[in-house]
Amino acid sequence: MKKTIVTALSAVGLGCAGAVALAAGQYGPGASDTEIKIGNTMPYSGPASAYGTIGKAETAYFAMINEQGGINGRKINFISRDDGYSPPKTVEQVRQLVEQDQVLFLFNTLGTPPNTAIQAYLNDNKVPQLFVATGADKWNDPKRFPWTMGWQPSYRIEARIYGRYILKNLPEAKIAVLYQNDDFGKDYLIGLREALGDKADKMIVATQSYETTDPTVDSQIVTLRGSGADILLTAAIPKFAAQAIRKVYDIGWKPTHFLTNVSISVKAVMQPAGPEKGVGIITATYGKDPTDPQWQNAPEYADWLAWMKKYNTSGNVADANNVYGYSVSQTLITVLKACQDNLTRENIMKEAANIHGLKLPMALPGIVVSTGPNDFAPIKQEQLAKWDGNTWQLFGEVISGSGGS
Amino acid sequence: MAQDLTITSPDRFAVDRYAGLRIDAWRWLGALALMALASLLPFALSNYHVFELTMVMIYAIAVLGLNILTGYNGQISLGHGGFFAVGAYTAAILMHRYGVPYWATLPPAAFVCFVLGILFGLPALRFEGHYLALVTIAMALATPQFLKYFDTWTGGQQGINLVKPSPPAWLGIDRDRWLYFVALVCLLLAIRVAANMLHGRTGRAFVAIRDHPIAAAAMGINLARYKTIAFGTSTMFTGVAGALSAIIIGFVAPESFTLVLSISFLVGSAVGGIATISGAIVGGAFIEFVPNLANDISDAAPWAIYGVAMLLLMYAMPLGVVGTIGPWLGRLRRYLQPAADAASRR
Amino acid sequence: MHELLEQISSGLAVGAVYASLALALVMIYRSTDLINFAQGEMAMFSTYIAWTLVNAGVPFWAAFVITLATSFAGGLVIERVIIRPVETAPVLAAVVVTIGLNLIFNSVAGWIFTYTLQEFPSPFPDRPLLGALITTRDLGVIGVTLLMLVLLFAFFRFTSAGLAMRAAAQNPQSARLCGIPVGRMLMFGWGLAAAIGAVAGIMVAPVLFLDPNMMGGVLIYAFTGALLGGITSPVGAVVGGLIVGVTENLVGTYLIPSQLKLTVALGLIIVVLLLRPNGLFGTAVIQRV
Repeated sequence: MKKTIVTALSAVGLGCAGAVALAAGQYGPGASDTEIKIGNTMPYSGPASAYGTIGKAETAYFAMINEQGGINGRKINFISRDDGYSPPKTVEQVRQLVEQDQVLFLFNTLGTPPNTAIQAYLNDNKVPQLFVATGADKWNDPKRFPWTMGWQPSYRIEARIYGRYILKNLPEAKIAVLYQNDDFGKDYLIGLREALGDKADKMIVATQSYETTDPTVDSQIVTLRGSGADILLTAAIPKFAAQAIRKVYDIGWKPTHFLTNVSISVKAVMQPAGPEKGVGIITATYGKDPTDPQWQNAPEYADWLAWMKKYNTSGNVADANNVYGYSVSQTLITVLKACQDNLTRENIMKEAANIHGLKLPMALPGIVVSTGPNDFAPIKQEQLAKWDGNTWQLFGEVISGSGGS
Repeated sequence: MAQDLTITSPDRFAVDRYAGLRIDAWRWLGALALMALASLLPFALSNYHVFELTMVMIYAIAVLGLNILTGYNGQISLGHGGFFAVGAYTAAILMHRYGVPYWATLPPAAFVCFVLGILFGLPALRFEGHYLALVTIAMALATPQFLKYFDTWTGGQQGINLVKPSPPAWLGIDRDRWLYFVALVCLLLAIRVAANMLHGRTGRAFVAIRDHPIAAAAMGINLARYKTIAFGTSTMFTGVAGALSAIIIGFVAPESFTLVLSISFLVGSAVGGIATISGAIVGGAFIEFVPNLANDISDAAPWAIYGVAMLLLMYAMPLGVVGTIGPWLGRLRRYLQPAADAASRR
Repeated sequence: MHELLEQISSGLAVGAVYASLALALVMIYRSTDLINFAQGEMAMFSTYIAWTLVNAGVPFWAAFVITLATSFAGGLVIERVIIRPVETAPVLAAVVVTIGLNLIFNSVAGWIFTYTLQEFPSPFPDRPLLGALITTRDLGVIGVTLLMLVLLFAFFRFTSAGLAMRAAAQNPQSARLCGIPVGRMLMFGWGLAAAIGAVAGIMVAPVLFLDPNMMGGVLIYAFTGALLGGITSPVGAVVGGLIVGVTENLVGTYLIPSQLKLTVALGLIIVVLLLRPNGLFGTAVIQRV
């Protein structure tokens, strides 16, 4: 009798074990039944430390997800390290994340030089370099770098949109460009030239660069005005964009002014510059600015604000970086949920390359995230907007950027 | 009690002994033990830690260069990041454009930086103290600008991606460990060259110039020549370190070589002991590890922790770690072998 | 021609920014014989204090005075607690300490106040003058800088406190023998410098916009200006700062492409220093053997 009971219990036990084994998933390093380890590097120190806000926003978003039960029951362990925007440091931190911390993949690593430094290593070791936080063009190259994927519309796409608008509406104009002397600023110049084609040399009459260590760009603006241009493209980060907008107005210059969508925050750029000074500025953007009055009553904004107040309390509600971090984290969660129990590196890349028409709450209406096996550019669309002194008025249709002119 | 005043000729063959072995034999044993440790360490540690130690050695060579110039010769430099960059880009351009094998890029990098250092040192003769600091800051700031401007050579913003070297197949070790040994050999060579120079005539001239330039000149030391040589050798060391860093990291870009790097070298120098050779290794370790530790301690304000660490170290050891501990060790040594000292004093 | 005048005028405006910080650098140097690498970050932090007060509803000039007083007190404390331990140590240790202070202020400011750009109110209205050549605000900055210069000059030249401070800096031992409380003079020097830095920051923030990295680049230019003018001379600091501002603009516009502007500007200044190694208005230090 005892023997029968023992046998029966063992059979049940084995059966349960078997069932459990079937339910458990396939795991790459850093993934298990209970957690998913994600690695990230951000400049929390140094001159680019303003972007560290994005890392903090992502940490806060994953904290919310974890509190809501995690992804298919697994908690996210988000390990974010400081690289000070210095490529050697990025290499070191990424090696530590991959080799010591054994993360499943890298997410939203920030900066073009840092990402360039780690691209070869990650692809050689078949570790996903997902949704990199840079607007460079080169992350959409699935043939050569199948493990690297960008996220935001590239700066060149944006500049091409401006170029095409100019060709269509102001074909005889002369263009001046103010750009930051690094890959971010130069990409605008390149994109503009690509869109203008062989008219580029004739139309672009002056370019002036600045370094982030320069206190002001007033001198550059004066020089650009002296070239007689009637269009100005400003590829500058918020501080210098605000100075440029103000100086252009103060010296009485009235060009058609295109502004990079990096620097369109109402509270952080347009108001310090002087809201009336920027009237007429055109930009091409893809996200909702949290300080723009037109979104204040939208339910998506309310959700975002609630998240900020509960989970990202150290963040500034005027900082668009907090919207960026929120939106890119949502994209990742969608990918991870789609992976279900197959959390291998290969499957993560496969699902990342398999997004169709994902709508993000804080993206502009009409803009979706989509990827494919040959399309590693998740967001390709932007919409033109014009500053009217109070808000960014959207106009025209959603434009899809693409390679070449 | 009267001292022993017997007049006996000192035994010319009496040699300092301790526990039966000559002192210099002990030194050799100690050095061998360290060498053995350094050689076996990479096999006991993971790839990542080996990589970290390699970076420590590279920064140590760079800081050693700064020690020669600022510590031994008294010429302050806040521009060594620029020379580090020149060495790195020399190696990168040679490897990338001309296919030069990685080990063969070190001598040209050394040569280029030596010449550049001499050329820089000549006008620097006119400047002292804060003015020299300004001139060297100009070097540190100008370098990224030049690197971005001459982009056909340097790749501009995009930088240069390098293929990492493969270890010789017959050795059977992986790339990280091979590069560790390459760096180790370079470090040992650098220490040897520096020690030779600094413990000899040149070194004494450097120190004399630092401590009392007028007396040094009065004694016949050619200030201009020695100061320029100090500059040249200093930048040569830092340039070689830069070349090694390009090889190890596999990527160079202007963002890697900002003013922050120059300041890090100076801080590493001060923390290790500005007028020492072994202090350079401590300085290299400080530069490599403390920012990471600071990050682990505080997510919100990592550089504040780094700054506090610098402050505390300067309060506790204003002459640097080796600069402060060195004399204690010397006293300890003398305490352990009074007989030897007595013999050498006669 | 009009463009040349515009470049000169914006050069003077930004040069006044450098000059005001350079004055603080000179103050520290004359009182304690040190270059304070944290001067810019201290000024930035003071400006944030003012900004917090203004945002809380305190009227501008009241906030200004409170900030000055707080910065002065802060400077006293910093000298006593942080700098004094390395006063007798080699110069390099003191330099490293000020670098550490720079990192601490920058990092803490970023943590407390975040990195979002902030507006800062200006006491001067923003009206263009002389046919849009210069604005009243820029003139205000230049004016305040010159006022500080005059006050500082008068302080060192005509007051006994100023004389005592110079004595304490040049020869602490002799000064002590004369009954000058050297320790207190050092603290006072730092306090004054911190207050000058606060004024500089408050003047400058409306122009440059307030963020934790506001003074980073300015410090290098201020240092250049101070050395060009002679690190011991307040007049030199102001003249040097203005020259640096104008030179940089003119060089960038007329001589070489803007990507090499900084390099060439620094190069020119070094050439000047080659001809006058102690700066334009500096006094040569005679070493006795």
